[in-house]
Amino acid sequence: MSSENGRNLRPLSLHVPEPKFRPGDAVDFNDFDIPPAGAVARPAIDADPSAMAGHAYALVRVLDEEGRAVGPWDPKLSPERLIRMLRHMALTRAYDDRMYRAQRQGKTSFYMKCTGEEATAIGAAHALDRDDMVFPSYRQQGILIARDWPLIDMMNQVYSNKGDRLKGRQMPIMYSAKGASFFSISGNLATQYPQAVGFAMASAAKGDTRIAAAWCGEGSTAEGDFHSACTFASVYRAPVILNVINNQWAISSFSGFAGAEATTFAARAIGYGIAGLRVDGNDTLAVYAATEWAAERARNNYGPTLIEHFTYRAEGHSTSDDPTKYRSAEENVKWPLGDPIARLKQHLIAIGAWDEDRHAAMDKEVAEEVRAAQKESEKLGILHDGLKQPFDSMFEDVFEEMPWHLKEQLAQMTAERKAAGI
Amino acid sequence: MSDAPETKTMNMIQAINSALDVMMGRDQDIVVLGEDVGYFGGVFKATEGLQAKHGKTRVFDTPITECGIIGVAVGMCTYGLRPVPEIQFADYIYPALDQIVSEAARLRYRSAGEYTAPITVRSPFGGGIFGGQTHSQSPEGIFTHVAGLKTVVPSNPYDAKGLLISAIEDNDPVIFFEPKRIYNGPFDGHYDRPVTPWSKHPTSAVPQGYYKVPLGKAAIVRPGEDVTVLAYGTMVHVAAAVIENQGVDAELIDLRTLVPLDMETIAASVKKTGRCVIVHEATKTSGFGAELSALVQEHCFHHLEAPIQRVTGWDTPYPHSLEWAYYPGPVRLGEALKRVMQD
Ligand SMILES: Cc1ncc(C[n+]2csc(CCOP(=O)(O)OP(=O)(O)O)c2C)c(N)n1
Repeated sequence: MSSENGRNLRPLSLHVPEPKFRPGDAVDFNDFDIPPAGAVARPAIDADPSAMAGHAYALVRVLDEEGRAVGPWDPKLSPERLIRMLRHMALTRAYDDRMYRAQRQGKTSFYMKCTGEEATAIGAAHALDRDDMVFPSYRQQGILIARDWPLIDMMNQVYSNKGDRLKGRQMPIMYSAKGASFFSISGNLATQYPQAVGFAMASAAKGDTRIAAAWCGEGSTAEGDFHSACTFASVYRAPVILNVINNQWAISSFSGFAGAEATTFAARAIGYGIAGLRVDGNDTLAVYAATEWAAERARNNYGPTLIEHFTYRAEGHSTSDDPTKYRSAEENVKWPLGDPIARLKQHLIAIGAWDEDRHAAMDKEVAEEVRAAQKESEKLGILHDGLKQPFDSMFEDVFEEMPWHLKEQLAQMTAERKAAGI
Repeated sequence: MSDAPETKTMNMIQAINSALDVMMGRDQDIVVLGEDVGYFGGVFKATEGLQAKHGKTRVFDTPITECGIIGVAVGMCTYGLRPVPEIQFADYIYPALDQIVSEAARLRYRSAGEYTAPITVRSPFGGGIFGGQTHSQSPEGIFTHVAGLKTVVPSNPYDAKGLLISAIEDNDPVIFFEPKRIYNGPFDGHYDRPVTPWSKHPTSAVPQGYYKVPLGKAAIVRPGEDVTVLAYGTMVHVAAAVIENQGVDAELIDLRTLVPLDMETIAASVKKTGRCVIVHEATKTSGFGAELSALVQEHCFHHLEAPIQRVTGWDTPYPHSLEWAYYPGPVRLGEALKRVMQD
């Protein structure tokens, strides 16, 4: 081609990223360099972001291979608090397993698990105040559980049953829980990012003390809203924590399609002049410590923090997804940063606050708690056993007051159903 | 009459400015944000003086990111504020579409009322100013199509202030389009003549304090018997001039709010006249005129004596030098009135 147009130059080539392992490949993470726990310095909460560039490429880790908490980021939590976090993670996993099965049994249309990522929601939720406003994506159900939100209420939403406060309007898992300062989940990726910044700006403008936090996946960082949120957060020094859950996959696309081959997601912070931290997302203590640091920074008017949680999406993207079609099944089991529940459990045993028997008992307990909630929720119905919401409710809440054209449509629907004898 | 509101002669910019000022004084939760709206007072001066009076944390400049402006506004609502963001030109509202359509419009519905977005998005719109492709558009049809949004277009200073106050107080998101061609004076479509200033027009007598013009209510600008003309924004003035010049006894209705629409006033008028001409600057296909036409047909079918006429912008991007051939001005509207009366 180059000779055809008379130019003696090497042809250009387009780089299309390719993940390391595809279905059937043996997985080898040997060249995955696991930074030692405790090695990263903990800056002062008023640190200048420009002096923190190193943190965007490092990995804050607290728990070492033996389950000891080491280094300056050890949040030194009480055993009681650690056990509560462990229990919240176990409960989240048990809840996911139940709801996943419920979908497979045809009781609802859809479900999404957060298996392997429990620490990124629960560690963070424990480090925030309960009235700090959270703007989650669809994979932070752990926050609701960490805020002790009733499981039955979550299930009612998943089933779109009579108890569903969202009146069957939203797909399963798109929770909304104002009572837990948990923002309504949207299907449109990354929209919650500038919204969280706006909440934080409002709180600051009013001289309040509440802060905001947002979550999105690494895939979603490519959305324009991510950029606008970071710009606003930086410009107004908004008291907000911007979490990126880098679980390596966005449905079938590996993180390289969001830019991970060239840099880290925490490094995005540098260009905006925001404090950036990169943490081991399967280390509950590291997640807690980073969030605590960022929250303190925000609360003291030192501005926003972007935290990349380095983790792994251990299961399919959703019940509509089959990960064996695009990635090696070995990745999950060989993931070098392990499992967040197993690691916190190991730590609790190492400090003498836990043992295998208590763990087994807890697992039974949370399974029973979920089972009991499910039984109660299913009394209010499941998706496929008939419409659970009054027809009129479909037309409500479009506006505060129903305008004439919706009243007309409601009347039309009623008349049509009547005429058809249903 | 001692408690009659004191009025002042205002053009549309001043009326809008006054609405913002009055509302910011009444409600500490109202904030104004947008590109150049703070210190400078906006590229059309609609927010002039507001920052100096109400402070930088209530009136502030933003980065140039429309999705960000509306996105943070939604978040501010979640806190409890009532943001009045400005999009500098309606032509630049598209980057914010996702936040408007997927978020602000649906928040109340999807959260069953837990969260709401009482936002008023102000944006100058419409053509007639040699603004070319990206300073002339009328994208109202994109918003009237979205469930959960209200869309408002004022046509004079009195309405602009009263409607804006209603929009700000409304607990639903409102798209408030300001026809910039008539910011300084009513424009009748005769681009070759000097424009008369608002001060010569009765609607420029604007109460200085608080008052409302309700959303969802049209205004009969000129009563008539022979044909109903449905217009909004600048087109109200173009239509008024054509009706007068042509000596046709038309009933001219200024819709003022497109959603929710004042169907009662429209239907009563068309049932009386039996004829209907719809006029808007926006492009024709799937424009708001198509909805109006369908509604008139549904509600007034047995009263119609002639096909409904639509006078709109052509289905092209808005041209620069050919502006007056594009514009649905007096000639085109005059021809449509003749056609509808002949049938
Ligand atoms: C604006 C938008 N584009 C596309 C989608 C479809 N979609 C849903 S989830 C998803 C992947 C998101 O991946 P990531 O942000 O990494 O989050 P994860 O699922 O890994 O938690 C896509 C493309 C969507 N919901 N919204």
